[in-house]
Amino acid sequence: MSDASVHRPRAFRSATEETPALRIALIAIAVAGLAILVFAPLAVVFAEALKNGWLAAVESLGNRDARSAIRLTLLITAIAVPLNAVFGIAAAWLITKFDFRGKAFLITLIDLPFSVSPVVAGLCIVLLFGANSLVGGFLVAHGWPIVFAIPGIVLATVFVTFPFVARELIPVMIEQGRTEEEAALTLGASGWRTFRTVTLPNIRWALLYGTLLCTARAMGEFGAVAVVSGKIRGQTATMPITIEMLYNEYLSVAAFSMAALLTALALVTLLLKTLLELRHADQLAAIRRH
Amino acid sequence: MHIDIDEIAKTFGGTTALHPVSLNIPSGALVALLGPSGSGKTTLLRILGGLEFPTSGRVLFNGQDATGMSVQDRRAGFVFQSYALFRHMTVFDNIAYGLRARPRAQRPPRAEITRRVTKLLDLIQLPDIAGRYPTQLSGGQRQRVALARALAIEPRMLLLDEPFGALDAKVRRELRQGLRDIHDETGLTTVFVTHDQDEAMELADLVVVMSMGRIEQIGKPQDIRAKPATEFVRDFITT
Repeated sequence: MSDASVHRPRAFRSATEETPALRIALIAIAVAGLAILVFAPLAVVFAEALKNGWLAAVESLGNRDARSAIRLTLLITAIAVPLNAVFGIAAAWLITKFDFRGKAFLITLIDLPFSVSPVVAGLCIVLLFGANSLVGGFLVAHGWPIVFAIPGIVLATVFVTFPFVARELIPVMIEQGRTEEEAALTLGASGWRTFRTVTLPNIRWALLYGTLLCTARAMGEFGAVAVVSGKIRGQTATMPITIEMLYNEYLSVAAFSMAALLTALALVTLLLKTLLELRHADQLAAIRRH
Repeated sequence: MHIDIDEIAKTFGGTTALHPVSLNIPSGALVALLGPSGSGKTTLLRILGGLEFPTSGRVLFNGQDATGMSVQDRRAGFVFQSYALFRHMTVFDNIAYGLRARPRAQRPPRAEITRRVTKLLDLIQLPDIAGRYPTQLSGGQRQRVALARALAIEPRMLLLDEPFGALDAKVRRELRQGLRDIHDETGLTTVFVTHDQDEAMELADLVVVMSMGRIEQIGKPQDIRAKPATEFVRDFITT
């Protein structure tokens, strides 16, 4: 047998795979991008906060104004996120399970907060509910100020974070269709029972992701809140507002300590999501296989 | 229960899914709605089940007007084309769903629910799968679980939308016989939708041939074979 006819096994590359050199290059670009855009800023925030040691950082968070800002941000988040979870479920339910005129318009409307600048959204709330407006004047006269008070900050936060839950739910609910709900109805279940026992369990993961995104954004919202809050220290200054004020006053340890805390809160929500995913890995796989 | 369909028509937006059609289904019959896609057969089935409501015409159950009756009140055992099993529930919970959904006063006690679900699992010859999830079942098993779930509510009629559509030929033949057996055992008025003329002819007592939202012919399988009423029926049953 001549050498030419000997079949030499060769490593074949699969059709979707690139050459080793290109692969290494692509991975390097991705890692560099991540490092510069994500890890470096995070590291800098924490490094700046701890510049003068742990004690200084913790101390800067302990004064009255800082504590008030933290409390306010948590309160606003605790109000805005459940509201938007309910709005989001209602909107997604309506859009995916029913046919009606103006559906496309409603979808556009839900996306509006993503396309409108938060500052503009804040200005709209000031114009609508400010002391000089008809509604605002009435409310202020009766002891219910909206602008430069907590209700205004809640409104602004709800507006800006409105699309997160609905946007997560709509594609999932479209993909799942209506037949499981129809089956429940033919078996005698009421509309509410169908929602509770069939729809809700099927969307719980999407709902969780949407809620977590919404939470992270609600805590971090700056633009709209900056306009409506009036930035009153110790009263209407949220964490992001306080960070900006401290930074402008060259109190960099205090500013970065608050920033680090805000970042940590966001990281906690991400950690929570990852833990839940790990714990329910089987269930998630089962849903996706279906 | 006998079903009368009286001049039922249905339009969706601008398109007509059903021209006025009339049909009498005797109590205990096994009826096939046969036709190509877009013939209106599924729309007619969904109107019987209360999932769609007709634009005009009436539906009568045992001579009583049921046109506007809610889907829950109809107690129609409905088997969907893709089975629509609840994917996050076990087979047991799927079958028990209708019993648990009843108002408290009519809800059977827990032991009774277990007894009935077990009996239904025996009826569909799958006694050992109560704890499994729908994703862990074969297509044929899913179809039988869907049938058991529909039977659990003690339905007044059984409605099936392309019940064998997604199955391979061998399983299809087995389940055809299974449906015939269950129908004969329960005596339920049964209507199923199919585009497969063999299936309709082999299984049904009465075949309703539909096309373009109209009924072309109603008759026993052998009569339709012997005397097709229209050119369409002749074409459809010979291909």
